[in-house]
Amino acid sequence: MTGKEYRTITDVKGPLVFLNKTEPVAFGEIVTLRLSNGTIKNGQVLDTSDDLVIVQVFEGTSKIDREAGVTFMGDVFKLPVSTDLVGRILDGAGRPRDGGPEIVAEQKEDIIGAAINPYSRQSPNDFIQTGVSAIDLCTSLVRGQKLPIFSASGLPHNDIALQIARQAKLKDSDEEFVVVFCAMGITAEEYNFFRSDLERTGALENAVLFVNLADDPAVERIITPRLALTAAEYLAFEKDYHVLVIYTDMTNYCDALRQIGAAREEVPGRRGYPGYMYTDLAMLYERAGLVKGKKGSITQFPILTMPGDDITHPIPDLSGYITEGQIVISRELHQQGIYPPINVLPSLSRLMGSCIGEKTTREDHKSVSDQMYAAYAQGRELRGLVAIVGEDALNERDKQLLDFSGVFEDKFLRQTRDEDRSIEETLDLCWTLMSSIDTKYLVRLDQKWIDKYHPDNKA
Amino acid sequence: MSNEGVIYRISGPVVTATGMSAAMYDVVRVGHEGLMGEVIELHGEKAVIQVYEDTSGIRPGEPVLNTQETLSVSLGPGLLTQIYDGIQRPLPTLEKEMGVFITRGVDADAFDLEKIWTFEPQVAVGDEVVGGQVIGHVQETETIIHKIMVPPTANGTVKSIESGDFNVTQTICVLEDGTEMQMMQKWPVRTPRPFQQKYAPDTPLITGMRILDFLFPLAKGGAAGIPGPFGSGKTVTQQSLAKYSDAQLVVYIGCGERGNEMTEVLDEFPHLIDPNTGKPLMERTVMIANTSNMPVAAREASVYTGITIAEYFRDMGYDVALMADSTSRWAEAMREISSRLEEMPGEEGYPAYLSSRIAEFYERAGRVETLSGDDGSVTVIGAVSPPGGDISEPVSQGTLRIVKVFWGLDAGLARQRHFPAINWLNSYSLYPQSLDQWFRDNISQDFPEVRTQISGLLQIESELQEIVQLVGSDALPTDQQLTLEVARMIREFFLQQNGFHDVDAYCDIHLQYKMAKAILSFQDAAKSAMASGAQLNDVVNVPSRSDLMRGRFEKGYVDAIESMVDTMTAEIAATVEDN
Repeated sequence: MTGKEYRTITDVKGPLVFLNKTEPVAFGEIVTLRLSNGTIKNGQVLDTSDDLVIVQVFEGTSKIDREAGVTFMGDVFKLPVSTDLVGRILDGAGRPRDGGPEIVAEQKEDIIGAAINPYSRQSPNDFIQTGVSAIDLCTSLVRGQKLPIFSASGLPHNDIALQIARQAKLKDSDEEFVVVFCAMGITAEEYNFFRSDLERTGALENAVLFVNLADDPAVERIITPRLALTAAEYLAFEKDYHVLVIYTDMTNYCDALRQIGAAREEVPGRRGYPGYMYTDLAMLYERAGLVKGKKGSITQFPILTMPGDDITHPIPDLSGYITEGQIVISRELHQQGIYPPINVLPSLSRLMGSCIGEKTTREDHKSVSDQMYAAYAQGRELRGLVAIVGEDALNERDKQLLDFSGVFEDKFLRQTRDEDRSIEETLDLCWTLMSSIDTKYLVRLDQKWIDKYHPDNKA
Repeated sequence: MSNEGVIYRISGPVVTATGMSAAMYDVVRVGHEGLMGEVIELHGEKAVIQVYEDTSGIRPGEPVLNTQETLSVSLGPGLLTQIYDGIQRPLPTLEKEMGVFITRGVDADAFDLEKIWTFEPQVAVGDEVVGGQVIGHVQETETIIHKIMVPPTANGTVKSIESGDFNVTQTICVLEDGTEMQMMQKWPVRTPRPFQQKYAPDTPLITGMRILDFLFPLAKGGAAGIPGPFGSGKTVTQQSLAKYSDAQLVVYIGCGERGNEMTEVLDEFPHLIDPNTGKPLMERTVMIANTSNMPVAAREASVYTGITIAEYFRDMGYDVALMADSTSRWAEAMREISSRLEEMPGEEGYPAYLSSRIAEFYERAGRVETLSGDDGSVTVIGAVSPPGGDISEPVSQGTLRIVKVFWGLDAGLARQRHFPAINWLNSYSLYPQSLDQWFRDNISQDFPEVRTQISGLLQIESELQEIVQLVGSDALPTDQQLTLEVARMIREFFLQQNGFHDVDAYCDIHLQYKMAKAILSFQDAAKSAMASGAQLNDVVNVPSRSDLMRGRFEKGYVDAIESMVDTMTAEIAATVEDN
């Protein structure tokens, strides 16, 4: 398995090591470096030619000198996979972190992963009930979807992600998800929060954790999500599990990508991020989905913090172009003390249309969702007007809508961290709240649903 | 120098080979697995190759074989209903060969070479034929006759011609000079197929979307750009165009986009019926799907593969529409490859030749006189995904400089759930002058005037809205309040269209005209009633008006609308007497 050890390092720059004159080395090959003090580091070939090989070192290049021995392992990066992964905690490079034994490989999988043939995909259409009203009603999650949380620093995105991981299930089914949790550059404190919550609820037994913390090497972050997704693909498409992948925080991942790009002196794109960031992110996000002939599925829940709350920043922007919608967390709502502070207006689920309705959720779901959204949007707009002209200048309809926007936030959005509302409860709640508006203003509701569900008609 | 060299260097999708004679854009086979690549740069002895598949695990020293051919597509019966990756490998075949994940090193024929087609000749022995001339045809699908043409570079006297059942590789015609012709031919993707001359477009591409056909029409043979931020409905718009536009053939390129979206198209299209022919849509469609996680070099090639197929059908005399979703991903593929080549970057890291590549691509659109003297067209509709929705970026700007139609998608409208979210204030079409005659002749003599009135009302509304923001609408005089009401009717009744509704998704152009007239009738009736003392509130709230507006979701609306308008005008007139 191992070849010759080379001592031909010429340059070391950032996370990169440059070597002269080797035997032919494969692109993407795994490399070990033995330092003069005995430390072993790992890396991967980024560029190879007859004269020069460039190696990206995962653990950082600290203490590497020109005397370090470099061995090429003859193969690309592979993750040993087996069902024993479930319940384990691994570090960002796939080594046990929980003090347990090495993973006994059932097989080894290339972590880059191959693209799913678009012809072989199966359309996702199983509604996942998260128990969070704002998500279930307005941005319904579908099994096989990739739906990121666009958040910002200081907001409770981790609580929301955990609540979803705890509560997510198919309607009328006890089938549970295996959670693959991938931490990239988060603090030890955040990690402990995740771990203790998963332990507390017993979810840890049904989870695989890949953990790269803030003080772990940044370069390692490039492979952490690939390890997580390789494990997820194995569990979903070989072992028929339904897998929910949570990554946090994609912003740290993208910053690591930028760091390597800069070290390689690549031409930067917007805000210094590499020009290939779209493709790179797609290689991760597109590993969600369902394929024909396989029982399992991969649903992705990436969390990213928008630098400066800016949704046009390259990280949320490129993510939004790849993912199937987004859930946007609002600082304004958070400051009003509302949990979960989800701003439904810019939030979107592109696959929602295929998973709601009579057969999956309830016949009035679409109609109610449109009406709740429209009424809230109008109410929010009126707040701006009221600030100028005062509330007295509003007509009766506008007054009702303005009041409704407050009720929407206070009664509909707000729920506790362990409140698990079924979709029926959510829809019934909507009808109760909407009854504060005159029916004649509820133009987006079908008359037949008003007859059937409106509290005035129900009694 | 021979055809075979060895790999010197590998850096992602870019591989350098030495010891091989090569010309620009030669197709090569790289490594032991024979990965497909294309020569994109020559440095002395070294040839720089972009590889269309993942290069992990390939080593320097492995062989490189030059095929001496340029990147070409196979053209012939069997193209229709296919779904290809960026380099014309059929995805169903790839699934058969390598399972649900796309691995590498698999070569696949573009279509079934063994399938037997019934060839009917149209020329006889002794006839003089020239390049591009039709020598016979095959009924490829129920709706499309596939014409077999002399390759553009050949001409001469027919020595023999066959008739009957053949596969695409059997010789069906021989010329005196010994040239043998088969039903399949090849054409290099980066070279536009020749034609006699380009005409000015004079026929609209009818899409069934009111805002497009009525306000911002696109000509057959024209080019349009659809820029918009994520979530504004680019893909839904493109898919609607692929479904309902009255082109005879559609080439749909999913370039660097989501896998699940392509799946949706693949699931949906076989069940959809073409409103123009009543036959399954798939029968007139060729699809190319190179999703965002498939190799970038193949993504770069995908738009050329698509447009060459479109030109081939144009040469048969068909009107072809090509949708590219999204050209920004194509530009990004260029940027990625350019940066691997360490080229000097232009704006935002894009290569300096970005705008000329975009221009060359859109220039392949057009209405032409084909080599055989027919009239054919390729209409190109390219989606653009500007970062942050800001169209001052290079891809949007490069596109806007060349296209004549701009359908600007607007995130604000999308958030208000106004779909299609095309902004009527900043979108434009430069075709109306050349198309107006067609609209006068085929729809109504006053069609252009009606359009001017409608767009004028929308313009006035936007000015009035600025005042309303400050003082509220009650402060406006009643005639201006009426204008606002009419404009709201245009927006909600006419411009909004439900792309997922059975009836509303496609609106016949005659019906579009009638709906526009209905709005103007409402305005006229309301004005005269109010002049005679009627109240704005009464006029606006006549029940027949909401019947009229809701009617568009019902079948048979086109026949009912005129009597509904009559009822409405009568009711509005009656509001005068109530007072």
